[in-house]
Amino acid sequence: MTNSPTDRLPSALGQGLRATFAIVRKDLTAEVRSKELVSALLVFSLLVVLIFNFALELDKAARENVAAGVLWVTFTFAGTLGLNRAFAAEKDRGSFDGLLLAPVDRAAIYFGKLIGALIFMLTVEAIVIPVFSLLYNINLFRPLLLLVVLLGTFGYAVVGTLLASMAMHTRARDVMLPILLFPVAIPVIIAAVKASAGILLASDWGEIAPWINLLVVYDTIFIAIAYMVFDYLVEE
Amino acid sequence: MLDFHAVTKTFGLKPVLRGIDLTVAEGEFVALVGPNGAGKTTLLRIAASLSRPTLGRVRVGGYDLPAHADAVRRLLGVVSHLPLLYGDLTADENLRFYGEMYGVSDLRRRSTEVLEQVGLVHRRGDLARTFSRGMIQRLAIARAILHAPQIMLFDEPHTGLDQDAGAMLDTVLKSVAANGRTVLMISHDLPRALALAHRVAILSRGKIVHTAPTAGLDPRAFAQQYDELTH
Repeated sequence: MTNSPTDRLPSALGQGLRATFAIVRKDLTAEVRSKELVSALLVFSLLVVLIFNFALELDKAARENVAAGVLWVTFTFAGTLGLNRAFAAEKDRGSFDGLLLAPVDRAAIYFGKLIGALIFMLTVEAIVIPVFSLLYNINLFRPLLLLVVLLGTFGYAVVGTLLASMAMHTRARDVMLPILLFPVAIPVIIAAVKASAGILLASDWGEIAPWINLLVVYDTIFIAIAYMVFDYLVEE
Repeated sequence: MLDFHAVTKTFGLKPVLRGIDLTVAEGEFVALVGPNGAGKTTLLRIAASLSRPTLGRVRVGGYDLPAHADAVRRLLGVVSHLPLLYGDLTADENLRFYGEMYGVSDLRRRSTEVLEQVGLVHRRGDLARTFSRGMIQRLAIARAILHAPQIMLFDEPHTGLDQDAGAMLDTVLKSVAANGRTVLMISHDLPRALALAHRVAILSRGKIVHTAPTAGLDPRAFAQQYDELTH
């Protein structure tokens, strides 16, 4: 029997990390070349922000009250679209089988897809936030608010990546993902909206802190759940 | 090397495989032929650890599936009719990606080696989506042999290829098999299966109905036997 180039394999953890970052790099390289996903998400997000801006025609006080809701509606809709496409493209090309055939822990595949989705969502948000600030005349560049955006997006991507991997096997996957995702993501969406609104309305820390705590707890619980069940979700 | 014992697979209530018994010895090249819907791809996906049998035992390279799926995946190179490649990556980037997934050491040298083997080293910097179907299939083989697997699984690798590309693929397949690898290939193309494999097995309605060594086999008599057994 000939010696295999994999004879000198590093530890399982090292190999898992290497696989995770290989998937992230692959997704980013492909996206930089095709610009399919981010451009679609960006146009969609900006249209949602614009539609809300012109549809609501609010005064300054009312704008501050609804800003957090509009912002998170935009992020969640765009996020769902992005998560769906990230997995649908793998499934349609059949390349998801290529990932599953690799001798790595399934968690490495999950984290690779999660980090990629998170980068795409945060990139879109980084462009939407300044536009939103201009249109609604509200300063969104507050460190605590950006922390909430990060925690909320992370939680949404954690559960979204998990459910997208399940929805991609179904025939009506475009409809299936929101149906599965929105009920499970309600806690993270409510917590993100409440925390963001509290920050924008300059509420007391005592009112904001429980929502930020909820975001942290949600993120922690769902990352653990995803780690445990992803293997079963991708099994045929 | 590959051992299926009483393997059954059902999707819902529909049985797709009904008690498959098949062994592929080390270094042997077996072609599995059969009509559409016979269960060939399902059997291959079970061997590739992408699907679990409903009943029965599968051993690959001495490891039981699905219990030792990770160990089995290290031994396997899989080429399906879908190339499992990324069009927006170059040939080299595709191989580098899969090399990292398999923990291949000295990836640059190994990537060059396999690209030379499939005759694509001059196109290593080109995006995979600019390749013809034949070139894509050769790159898919380069991807599959990158980590020097001991067992190769081919699922209709000639699908969509013209005659020239098919002949070139045959050369690559022969060189893959000549390295002592164990090969299980699914094919619709009887003459090709007989020309490439050491042994041929007919799968019909979820059962292996016939196996025979290809040496000395009369292609016309075999084709007639195939028709009788599958209709």
